[in-house]
Amino acid sequence: MNALDQVFVNLQGWLVGLAPAGLRALAAMVLIIAGLMAVFGSCFALTTVMERKALGRMQNRYGPNRVGPCGLFQPLADAVKMLIKEDVVPFSADRVVHFLAPLVLTVPIWLAFSLLPFGRNMTAVNLDAGVLVFFAIGSASELAVFMAGWSSQNKYSLIGAMRAIAQMISYEVPLVLSVVPVVMLAGALSLEQIVQAQAGYAFGFLPRWNVLTPWGMVGLGLFLTAATAESNRSPFDLPEGESEIIAGYLTEYSGFKYALFFLGEYLGLFAITGLAVTLFLGGWQAPLPWLAWLPSWFWFALKFAALMAVFIWVRGALPRLRLDQRLNFSWKFLVPLALVNILAAALWHLSRQWNPIFAAAGARWLLGLAIIFPTYVWLGRTVNPLFVPVREYSYAE
Amino acid sequence: MLNDLSFYALAALAVAAAVAAMTLRQLIHCALCAAGAFAGLAGIYFQLGAEFVGAAQVLVYVGAVAILIIFAVLLTRGGDVQLSARRFSTHWLAGVAVSILVLGSLAVPIFKSPSLRALAPAGVSASVKNIGYELMSGCVVPLEATGLLLTAALLGSVVIAMSEKPAARPRRDVNTPRRPELEEATHP
Repeated sequence: MNALDQVFVNLQGWLVGLAPAGLRALAAMVLIIAGLMAVFGSCFALTTVMERKALGRMQNRYGPNRVGPCGLFQPLADAVKMLIKEDVVPFSADRVVHFLAPLVLTVPIWLAFSLLPFGRNMTAVNLDAGVLVFFAIGSASELAVFMAGWSSQNKYSLIGAMRAIAQMISYEVPLVLSVVPVVMLAGALSLEQIVQAQAGYAFGFLPRWNVLTPWGMVGLGLFLTAATAESNRSPFDLPEGESEIIAGYLTEYSGFKYALFFLGEYLGLFAITGLAVTLFLGGWQAPLPWLAWLPSWFWFALKFAALMAVFIWVRGALPRLRLDQRLNFSWKFLVPLALVNILAAALWHLSRQWNPIFAAAGARWLLGLAIIFPTYVWLGRTVNPLFVPVREYSYAE
Repeated sequence: MLNDLSFYALAALAVAAAVAAMTLRQLIHCALCAAGAFAGLAGIYFQLGAEFVGAAQVLVYVGAVAILIIFAVLLTRGGDVQLSARRFSTHWLAGVAVSILVLGSLAVPIFKSPSLRALAPAGVSASVKNIGYELMSGCVVPLEATGLLLTAALLGSVVIAMSEKPAARPRRDVNTPRRPELEEATHP
């Protein structure tokens, strides 16, 4: 059991031992970086084909099924296609910024993977301020999107970039606020400590994951919603809404630069999904005590795949929002709900010490629900067009 | 060796980006280079083990301030203006004098400050937990005051953004339905 659990850690230790003594530190770093890039690079390839197949099924068609068995080699064909395409740069574009934008988007995201605990002893860099650093890395993508939109010297690109920045800034607030309860109750910003805080089982079988508390359940919902918007996925894919503004900030990109943008977007989604697993779904902990013999990295991968399936499902099921709906949804619904959720988490924490009636988990659960559910209903009415008059625009008519 | 190498790389990035931010002609390029300089500084903070400061530097400066500068440039049409061929101002002597004055007025109090001579207390690490305890115990009044100030600024910006001129469009009668299409649907 232990050997299987630590197989990657031991493999890395063995390989580092082969290197000459002076170069071992460097070898350890290179091995981790190569491992992360290989795993998530192939994860990207696999996700594109799985997503296309799933969307195809949801739209009553087959999806890619020509290249290789069941169409599984489609990403290879796509990669070759992207590589040999002509790299078109518009005449009036700002060539340097146009070239740098996909790199600025894609390169920092690799850093985020080094912070995630993929299994027992499998965190590349266990930072004391892990959660904070993760969000700091994510904030670089706003700049990249602006660079792409502005340097293309194209109206649609600039509109798309501005939409994307407005969306990223708006949804970063609920994203971070939904994480605050987790940090509060774990008492740490380090991702490893947050996973440790979710160890153990209530009543001998119920995992102590954050998602199984009222604030954690709402928190995961808020987090996934905001994460969808942060990674510009449908139903929040307005920045590249092809029916309105062609492809937004991607309009003037072709060939491999376009592929890099695509890669960056998916890597961002992977990183944020990994963070959701770590923060709310117990990280690499097994869901049941008698399943703990399976390796920790397997559980992380399983939860990760499950959340990715949710993202693909949502993309296939929901239509795109309108611009004002999208910003209203963040500021008038997600942000207040996240604030109330922090209050509920604080009460959950304090009620642990109240009288024995509250010591029972059920009463604490009901207290949390009693705070969150009425807020949810009331806030839902404030953004529902059936209850609120349509907004009148001063300048748009 | 590896540590020195990464320090020189980060320092070179920060200095080169700062110089470029001053000398480039296109204002947007300057703003992007400033963001690069901020990122280089953040890297140096990380290298010194000050993760919290580094993360805050990236979050605040690269994530927010750089975007703010870019928006300011775009909204004031500074992005369209191509600067003239002359790269340096004719009043460079006055500029040098002002910058020396600013530097002096900052440097003299800093070097006279008693906290510079006090030794750093041993055994205190700059972990996030310690920073949090320090903020919520010794510095709680300034922290709350900053929070109040930021809230006031937020409300003020909302008020400024909300003030739409009522004369811009004719006022609608209160009795007429706001959504005629809904009214029609209920009274066929």
